[in-house]
Amino acid sequence: MTRLKKLFDAKSSKVLNVYCTAGYPTLDSTLPIIAALDKNGADLVEIGMPYSDPLADGPVIQESGAKAIENGMSIEVLLDQLKSLRTTSNIPVVLMGYMNPVLQYGFDKFCMAAAAVGVDGLILPDMPAYEFETKYGAILKKHQLDFIFLVTPETPTERIQYLDSLSSGFLYAVSASATTGAALNFDAVDAYLQKLKELQLNNPILVGFGVKDAASFELATRYTTGAIIGSAYIKALEKSTDVSATTAQFLSSIIGKS
Amino acid sequence: MQQTFTNPNEHGYYGDFGGAFIPEMLFANVAQLKSQYLQIMDDEDFIKEVNDLLQHYVGRPTPLFLAKRLSEQYGTTIYLKREDLCHTGAHKINNTIGQIILAQKLGKTRIIAETGAGQHGVATATVCALKGMECIVYMGEKDIERQAPNVARMRMLGATVVPAISGSKTLKDATNEAIRDWINNPTDTHYIIGSVVGPHPYPDMVARFQSVISAEIRKQLLVQTGTELPTHVIACVGGGSNAAGAFYHFLEEPSVQIVAVEAAGHGVQTNMSAATTQLGTPGILHGSKSLLMQTTDGQVIEPHSISAGLDYPGIGPMHANLYTSGRGLFLSATDDEAMDAAFHVSKTEGIIPALETAHAFAALDQIKWKPTDTVVICLSGRGDKDLSTYMQKLDS
Repeated sequence: MTRLKKLFDAKSSKVLNVYCTAGYPTLDSTLPIIAALDKNGADLVEIGMPYSDPLADGPVIQESGAKAIENGMSIEVLLDQLKSLRTTSNIPVVLMGYMNPVLQYGFDKFCMAAAAVGVDGLILPDMPAYEFETKYGAILKKHQLDFIFLVTPETPTERIQYLDSLSSGFLYAVSASATTGAALNFDAVDAYLQKLKELQLNNPILVGFGVKDAASFELATRYTTGAIIGSAYIKALEKSTDVSATTAQFLSSIIGKS
Repeated sequence: MQQTFTNPNEHGYYGDFGGAFIPEMLFANVAQLKSQYLQIMDDEDFIKEVNDLLQHYVGRPTPLFLAKRLSEQYGTTIYLKREDLCHTGAHKINNTIGQIILAQKLGKTRIIAETGAGQHGVATATVCALKGMECIVYMGEKDIERQAPNVARMRMLGATVVPAISGSKTLKDATNEAIRDWINNPTDTHYIIGSVVGPHPYPDMVARFQSVISAEIRKQLLVQTGTELPTHVIACVGGGSNAAGAFYHFLEEPSVQIVAVEAAGHGVQTNMSAATTQLGTPGILHGSKSLLMQTTDGQVIEPHSISAGLDYPGIGPMHANLYTSGRGLFLSATDDEAMDAAFHVSKTEGIIPALETAHAFAALDQIKWKPTDTVVICLSGRGDKDLSTYMQKLDS
């Protein structure tokens, strides 16, 4: 059984997925951050692979990516860092990034290396369903990596069901038509999340974009399995001198002492 | 659609290049455009409205001018397609006229655009003023400083110019910001992309709107020479919209040599260049797969060209296919060669070309011409916007 499946079998509500940018705030932060997230109650970690042109991201994550690239982060460096991931932690890990750097690395080579170090899944927001079905889906399957598609409030029901059928691990529900880090209007998204719940999709739903504190986490998970926090955590790390302490403090502000 | 050099297949591919690599947040908008653009562009009322504006507002057809002195110097016959005489001073408006009417048909009320040198921004602000539509133009913070007169033009036309402050603060980042705006405004907004780049159907749609250039060349050549086909068509290429328009109706004519001229900047071998086909590898930028200047880690490299309109790290997927298939001859001209060509054309034909266009003229020196050749150069824009750069050379 995959780590993601095991997680969602064991926990069907209030699943907390925290996003961090690989190589941020410093090149070697990645593993200590994963360990701290694991220790302080996160259920899942999403590691962003920095890209020079991240279309789906707002300013906070863009800047963290630019800093990480400056710090020397790349796919090669990240996969090398993650070689010791599974000696210390069993928390599910998904990598998030954009198609171009992955294609440059080599899609098959990337999937093989990611699976080998114990990565569980992949989120590439600019992967078209057409390309997934005709080309890349089979490669992901071969390496037993889950692939997570995004849906938005503008996505028609039929397409939500279609993207759910292509996804495994979970389905990423973008809370609003926005880039990451935008403010969240929960009156508007409440009906959307309720609709997603009623569709009884195959995959658990995690809500992302605009989830930043205990209150928004609570609201985002009212109808869904869990939520993803990114920009708010990156902001907390920006001024951090001790990523472990910052992470403990941040997570306790979201889910209370664990 | 049958895939040819001219047309992509139904997924937007020209050979290995194209497609629509977009986040789900853009899917509804792009899908709407994809499902309706051909139908709208085939509609009689639409065609009439576009043609009417192209004739009475833009000033089409633009002349095809026999450049006698240049022809003598190169020992061949050279015609200039005078896109510089379009309203706003460049070919860019052919596309913005088409897209603004299309946006109206789609029920959109708000227009966004990206711009580098400001030509596409001015052309977009112009048609928005004409149609009374809200217009927001994203422009790199650095380009805003470098291109003050065009910023003033856009503002005078009623557009809001928003500085792109992310990344390298130039055209690439202005495009990112425009795409992010579209993500945040999914229902009322149409994004008028200025070149044959972006996710399918943009490259095809923009190429079709620009194809009026080659449609006119064929008719005008027939009248002036008795044959519709030149032996060579030359155009400069950044993203490649004037080139796509100038090549369009000749791509399936094997006797016509297609010549695309990229900006070599300080030289292809230096780190200061924008010659994408020479320096690029297959990659994805702004929603389509094409050739792209990038590091081995897949991070996009900031290019260099003296001409802001060619200062782009990618190239339209149609052109990437013309390059890799061998259908097109791809040359490049350096900053200095383009500057020399601009001055030479000015003195020889009494036409001050845009710095972008000057690259196409510079390529005349790189081909051995025959007296029997008939060469058409797409004179994509006029040089007024580049006067400050030209003045530096005059004063030196």
